[in-house]
Amino acid sequence: MRLRLVPETTNINFFGYAPVTFGASIVMMLASLAVVLTMGLNFGIDFRGGTTIRTESPQVVDVGAYRTALTPLELGDVSITEVFDPAFGDDRNVAMIRIQAQEGFEAVTPETLLLVEEALTGHDPAITFASVESVGPKVSGELIWSAVMAVLGATGAILIYIWLRFEWQFAVGAVFALVHDVVVTVGVFALLQIRFDLAVIAALLTILGYSINDTVVVFDRLRENLIKFKTRPLIDVMNLSVNETLSRTLMTSITTLLALGALLALGGDVIRGFTFAIFFGVIIGTYSSVFVAKNIVLYLGVNRDPKKKDSAAGTNFSDVDA
Amino acid sequence: MLQIPLWKRVLILSLCALGVMLTLPNLFYSRVEGHNDARAAVEMAGGVATAEQQAAIDAWPEWMPTSLLNLGLDLRGGAHLLAEVQVADVYAARIDGMWPEVRDTLRDVRDQVGNVRRQPSVPGVLRVAVSNPDGMAVALEQVRQLAQPVVTLTGMGQNDIEVTAEGDEIVVQLSEAEREATDDRTIQQSLEIIRRRVDEVGTREPTIQRQGADRILIQVPGIGSAGELKALIGTTAKLTFHPVIGSGSDAGADPGARNLLLPSMDEPGRFYIVEQAPVVTGEELVDAQPAFDQNNRPAVSFRFNPSGARKFGDYTAMNIGSPFAIVLDDEVISAPVIQSHIAGGSGIITGRFSVDESTELAVLLRAGALPAEMTFLEERTVGPELGQDSIEAGRIAALVAMASVLVFMIACYGWFGVLATVALGFNVALIFGTLSAIGATLTLPGIAGIVLTIGMAVDANVLVFERIREELKTARGPARAIELGYEKALSAIIDANITTFITATILFMVGSGPVRGFAVTLGIGILTSVFTAIFVTRLLVVTWYERRRPKTIVV
Repeated sequence: MRLRLVPETTNINFFGYAPVTFGASIVMMLASLAVVLTMGLNFGIDFRGGTTIRTESPQVVDVGAYRTALTPLELGDVSITEVFDPAFGDDRNVAMIRIQAQEGFEAVTPETLLLVEEALTGHDPAITFASVESVGPKVSGELIWSAVMAVLGATGAILIYIWLRFEWQFAVGAVFALVHDVVVTVGVFALLQIRFDLAVIAALLTILGYSINDTVVVFDRLRENLIKFKTRPLIDVMNLSVNETLSRTLMTSITTLLALGALLALGGDVIRGFTFAIFFGVIIGTYSSVFVAKNIVLYLGVNRDPKKKDSAAGTNFSDVDA
Repeated sequence: MLQIPLWKRVLILSLCALGVMLTLPNLFYSRVEGHNDARAAVEMAGGVATAEQQAAIDAWPEWMPTSLLNLGLDLRGGAHLLAEVQVADVYAARIDGMWPEVRDTLRDVRDQVGNVRRQPSVPGVLRVAVSNPDGMAVALEQVRQLAQPVVTLTGMGQNDIEVTAEGDEIVVQLSEAEREATDDRTIQQSLEIIRRRVDEVGTREPTIQRQGADRILIQVPGIGSAGELKALIGTTAKLTFHPVIGSGSDAGADPGARNLLLPSMDEPGRFYIVEQAPVVTGEELVDAQPAFDQNNRPAVSFRFNPSGARKFGDYTAMNIGSPFAIVLDDEVISAPVIQSHIAGGSGIITGRFSVDESTELAVLLRAGALPAEMTFLEERTVGPELGQDSIEAGRIAALVAMASVLVFMIACYGWFGVLATVALGFNVALIFGTLSAIGATLTLPGIAGIVLTIGMAVDANVLVFERIREELKTARGPARAIELGYEKALSAIIDANITTFITATILFMVGSGPVRGFAVTLGIGILTSVFTAIFVTRLLVVTWYERRRPKTIVV
């Protein structure tokens, strides 16, 4: 007996709820932007400079005591959070301490680190410093820039590739879906105030790669069916294509989520933010390739007869609710 | 139909076998590492192996591959530093060094230009006042003759200095081309010195590379902290010997023209006034070793090259009875009184050293002084335990991911699912094999990349299987359906993977450190998963079909 995620043939009208699904996407994007603007992202030191120290101790973490120990040093904004992971036993208590970049220093300030370590050891002699990372403000500015360039560059490269392999409408649809995925993921990071650092940028780029992968498979089928069914309305051919590829879309998402789920649960706390971003992105990417990308293509229309001008095709289906 | 020529089968299978072979050393990581270390040590020792080393070498067969995955700092633990070299420091030293030459040249034409005097100016610019402004043209011409052509590919035809006149002053500074050439030399020299200093402490596989115009990236696995690493490489270790003019306890004292006020290293509050121009510098040292003085206190013995020895000898002969400052990085280590003429160019530096300090100072002196100061823009330390935890967590996560994907695939596709998971096994072997063969570095996000690839690798198989299912409904017979399935799924597989590959490439180009490690595993994972889906699974399916010749198949 085989496990079937979807019946052998499906005939779901994916445009039936377009006002709800597509509308929801637009609302999510706007909400994400609003959340990012109002709450802001919890930038890691990669992007705003400063120092993070990961401490481990057999003693229970006392955030208040750590803060008291550090207050006399006058380091400005210091955040102390305890880290939990099922893999830690009772005798492993982990905390992350983040200290803002110190005023007037372009580079890392080594003396500060020493003072912080001394102060904490004074409070808890058994404390160890599992990792210490410092990024100077000069580099963090460049890292923001290169991260933005990476995301824009990847999106641009994908736009050009899809345009060359398909039609420009597909490229616009695919990229809109990508922007949707990235914006919503960033919104979730702002909402939950998960630390946003370089690794998360890598995760965003992976989401781009995954989401485009999904979208391209649907588009590939659409391209094939548009040749096969020359006279059927575009909306029907689209529904057919999504239905035909639905089983594959879900299969791939589920296997990927299974793998990522294992990593999320067992991969340790160091990369949890990174894994979470990809996990969430796979879900939103699957959603967007089914409900977002093709709506844009439908709205723009597709030139189905190469002899005719592009613009004529757009008007044919402009009455469709998209 | 469903024909795969024999040579292709052999090629596919041998590639898979190669992948497995190259992966095997990683399963016996410490044993192979021991083998490699022992081999390198024996080679260094000229082919003579101790019993212990021989045992380590024998622990891994010679005919097996020995390349291992490099573990990144986040997995192995160690320190990472990004340093910026203050290249402009060197300009000042260069220009200062030109003053005696300029002075001597102008002295020869004194009757036309009058007296010359050096004027204070910003570092890197030499200002010389001429008392007879009418002779300016002659003076400029004379100074310009000191210029040398720049020897670089881009700076062809340009001179190293620019000489201009401002009122009654001659202004000498380095030309643009010379600055660039100097920057390049400074960075190369710094790289070399850092490499020597890091090698002296004997850690394994440090990464020391230039980044951009004036930055150096240093990654040293296994070192305790970034602070230790900085202490080792951040010291300029500029050793100079100066005539002492006086000493006192006033930190704000005016040392006078072309003299320096330097603090004492051992006695807080004590300051020495020394002549700015050193008698000899550490650049002329040929050797430095930790030693002990007559009172059995730790010290450092040193030896000069012939020209340094001559200068040192001449100076000591002429200045018996006067104090003499040994200065390290603008601090006076000691200021002994010259007892006698020191010939032969060797001597000993005493101070209040511990044995460790004298050893470190000897290392620093031997490696040479950094040409310019460095500031640190980024530093990261990862403890070895944290790295070990991450490896452990990554391994468990990867195994669980494999297992759940396997169960899911078999549940959905039955026998075909089994074939796909066999191919997935080869895929993982190929990823690790390729990473080991190219000497790539595995980082924590890199492990995530592999786990992600495990999830996504089945995608190409899924595309094919779903297509075969569809074709089974319409096509004549299973063989045709399998063939069509592969044929029609190909364009989707290619397009989908090329776009993902594009993002991996961009990640590799702009990313650094762990992120780059992720890009490498993701990119390699895409290549191998396309290979396994298009060739390996197909070979398995076709071989199975040829043996069984089923009338109908269920996918």
